[in-house]
Amino acid sequence: MTATVKYDEVEVGTEIPARTFPVSRLNLVMYAGASGDFNPIHWNETFAKSAFLPDVIAHGMFTMAQAGRFVTDWAGDPGAVLDYGVRFSGMVVVPNDGGATLEISGTVEEKLDGNKVVVNVVAKANDQKVLTRAKATVQLA
Amino acid sequence: MALNRDFIGRSFPPSEPYEVSRVKIREFATAIGDSNPIYTDRAAAENAGHADVIAPPTFPIAISLGVAALADPDLGLNYMMVVHGEQRFTYTRPIHAGDVLTTQSTITGIRSAGNNEVMTIVTEIKTLDGELVCTTFNSIVERGA
Repeated sequence: MTATVKYDEVEVGTEIPARTFPVSRLNLVMYAGASGDFNPIHWNETFAKSAFLPDVIAHGMFTMAQAGRFVTDWAGDPGAVLDYGVRFSGMVVVPNDGGATLEISGTVEEKLDGNKVVVNVVAKANDQKVLTRAKATVQLA
Repeated sequence: MALNRDFIGRSFPPSEPYEVSRVKIREFATAIGDSNPIYTDRAAAENAGHADVIAPPTFPIAISLGVAALADPDLGLNYMMVVHGEQRFTYTRPIHAGDVLTTQSTITGIRSAGNNEVMTIVTEIKTLDGELVCTTFNSIVERGA
């Protein structure tokens, strides 16, 4: 399990290039099946509205997975992630038409002993932060 | 609705063993749109030093979601009003295909936050030999209507 990013090549403040990830209803249905989370707020608009939501919302874990992919694509080896946590601070509303777009960016926040770094990730939808305190500890080469 | 505080500190018996398959990892990786070959190509995983294809970092949620406690009517949880508050994974090593895992969960806290109820659950994911693979920290929020 070796990351392709080298510890000596990053500094506190090093930015990971921002990326966007589309979210469609199909993504949520697939995620429901793969994860086993069949809560209808993630695929049934009528149910979502009856639960006082504006529309279907993405699984928080789907958003967390996209932010995780952002980190693992940067690090090179997903096995290099030692710790990963987020707080879900906003909903990703996914309309039937057009879906939603996640905008994800990240910064090396801290360098730890043993070639480890803490990456802080920012995830937004509609210019609102949907994750806060999103941090991954990654073992670099 | 207030959740039953008697559940604080309650631990649940370990789950039935769950065998992690390559097919399930592939399904999960496909669902999150992640085409990293380390999830689907055994040779790529072995080249990176893994025993078999590994699972994405958020995969443990697929194993640990079924907390029987949440369905206990005595808890008083209105599932319809539940959203996810926080989630954290601490990994000892990546999960890989072929792992046979059990999960054991403990409700570590229930508190009010405004009109909402917040419940925290810690789950240990271990092999049948007792090797700790991952610990998950989960908070769910029951929104007050």
